[in-house]
Amino acid sequence: MKILVCITHVPDTVSKITFSDNNTRLNPAGIQFIIGPYDDYALARAVEIKEANGAQVTVLNVGKADTEPTIRKALAIGADDAVRIDVEPQDAFQVARLIADYVKANPFDLVLMGRESIDYNGGLVHGLVGELLGWPSVSPVMKLDLNGTTATMAKEVEGGKEYVELTLPFVAGCQEPIAEWKIPNMRGIMSARTKPLQVLADTGAALSSEVTSFDLPPAKSAVKIIPSDAAEQLINLLHTEAKVI
Amino acid sequence: MKTLVFVEFEAGKVKKSALEAICFGRQIAAGPVAVVAAAPAGTDFAPLGAYGVDQVLHIADPGFDMPEAQPLATALAQAASQLGADAILLPKTSLTDATAPRLAAKLGAAVASNVMAIVDATPGNFTVKRSVFTGKAFAQTRLAGGKVVLTIKKNSIDVAEGNASAVSVETFAPSIPASDHAVKRISVEKATGQVLLPDAEIVVSGGRGMKGPENWGLIQDLADALGAATGCSKPVSDMDWRPHHEHVGQTGIKVSPNLYIAVGISGAIQHVAGINSSKVIVAINKDPEAPIFKVADYGIVGDAFEVLPKLTAAVKNLN
Repeated sequence: MKILVCITHVPDTVSKITFSDNNTRLNPAGIQFIIGPYDDYALARAVEIKEANGAQVTVLNVGKADTEPTIRKALAIGADDAVRIDVEPQDAFQVARLIADYVKANPFDLVLMGRESIDYNGGLVHGLVGELLGWPSVSPVMKLDLNGTTATMAKEVEGGKEYVELTLPFVAGCQEPIAEWKIPNMRGIMSARTKPLQVLADTGAALSSEVTSFDLPPAKSAVKIIPSDAAEQLINLLHTEAKVI
Repeated sequence: MKTLVFVEFEAGKVKKSALEAICFGRQIAAGPVAVVAAAPAGTDFAPLGAYGVDQVLHIADPGFDMPEAQPLATALAQAASQLGADAILLPKTSLTDATAPRLAAKLGAAVASNVMAIVDATPGNFTVKRSVFTGKAFAQTRLAGGKVVLTIKKNSIDVAEGNASAVSVETFAPSIPASDHAVKRISVEKATGQVLLPDAEIVVSGGRGMKGPENWGLIQDLADALGAATGCSKPVSDMDWRPHHEHVGQTGIKVSPNLYIAVGISGAIQHVAGINSSKVIVAINKDPEAPIFKVADYGIVGDAFEVLPKLTAAVKNLN
């Protein structure tokens, strides 16, 4: 059984986001980069499946050389080998075409990734990869159990969950609580240094969109504090001033 | 451009998120908007005319009552080609998140999700404003080519009527290949009789400050009085005080209601990422230094157990 886990290299959730180059690029100064939190759930589940059933787990990132520490962390968590496609990711179609081309050349039984990246928040790559490969895709998956080649999954729907069944191969976009995040141990960190990390050149995947500029939300005005012994005044303000109730 | 909008109905009424997508559709092309609707037989589509809809492709097949992404993508691609539509808009839901990319790949269209505004609808320079970095920033994104698929972020536009049009309704029976039914539904667990969090205009959310699941009655009472949905912070969902589908935040549900009331929630940046597109935020917390007050419009520094019953009573008085 071969599992491919696609990971993003994104700013830590606590990062303060600013932009440079006339608001066209993320300013990386002072930002800690991490494995995308949703991708981290996908990776943790893949490693659990490997530990329970045996599997080869390959991690894939579309990114330039600066993402390699993030890839090594995924190897430390338990992936067996890694592939970096040496392209700056700019567009969901571009990333999906690169992943789909890789999977066509290197067969896998299961492709996992996060439901969305936390930088572009596109949430599109799993569906695009599924369609490009002619495979089913399911997202957001909260539970994934494999029995032979049959998977039972729970996916989140508005106000609840839906349980579905399908057979391999397929693509799944993952989210909590599919698995607990894994923290690499010292043995994992040491072995990650020597695990294979293959770098592949750009195959020339076309962009179908480009960000022309970023901007930040306007600063919030100061909070209006209502004394707690006159809490009911809040309701009047929400009715007459904010007009939201 | 010719615009097609995917419209969902609930209890015989068109969903507000669908009307929002129709209003976006009117910004893309001057002409009337067509919709494809999965709705029970006998649904009345005439009211859509007031919003500038002139044509409805009606999927009455009960199999589309709660479709999976693959058959829906196939159906929408067929509808788009039947109508010659080149801009396809879907209100953003967990279903359309999974459907839009497959639809775009079928049509060879550019795709953008989480769209908050149409900046330029000129084909070739088609540009949208998207929410990115989990609500911490916005991106103007230009889409290449002649066709676009967009998912529309909820509450990004005020619903307004357009040039009224007569509505022609045509039954639409998409041809779905067996391979689209690879994902088989076994069962659905859905909260019933409640306002659903992603659809809610008002959300009342509780955090660790509520001290335990047994105190959620106070949150529920205020939510009931306001007709609101209830939410919670990540620790509350992690401790199983509340179900995961109520978890609001960076890795949970992102909400954009008119009013968000955070009770006993400190306002960690991961929580704020899920609420920062709310129109008005109210914070109730006994710690005046809690970061939630930095993003709130109104605040009460006080004990939730004393404040909540007062608020519930005041809402009931208002009504």
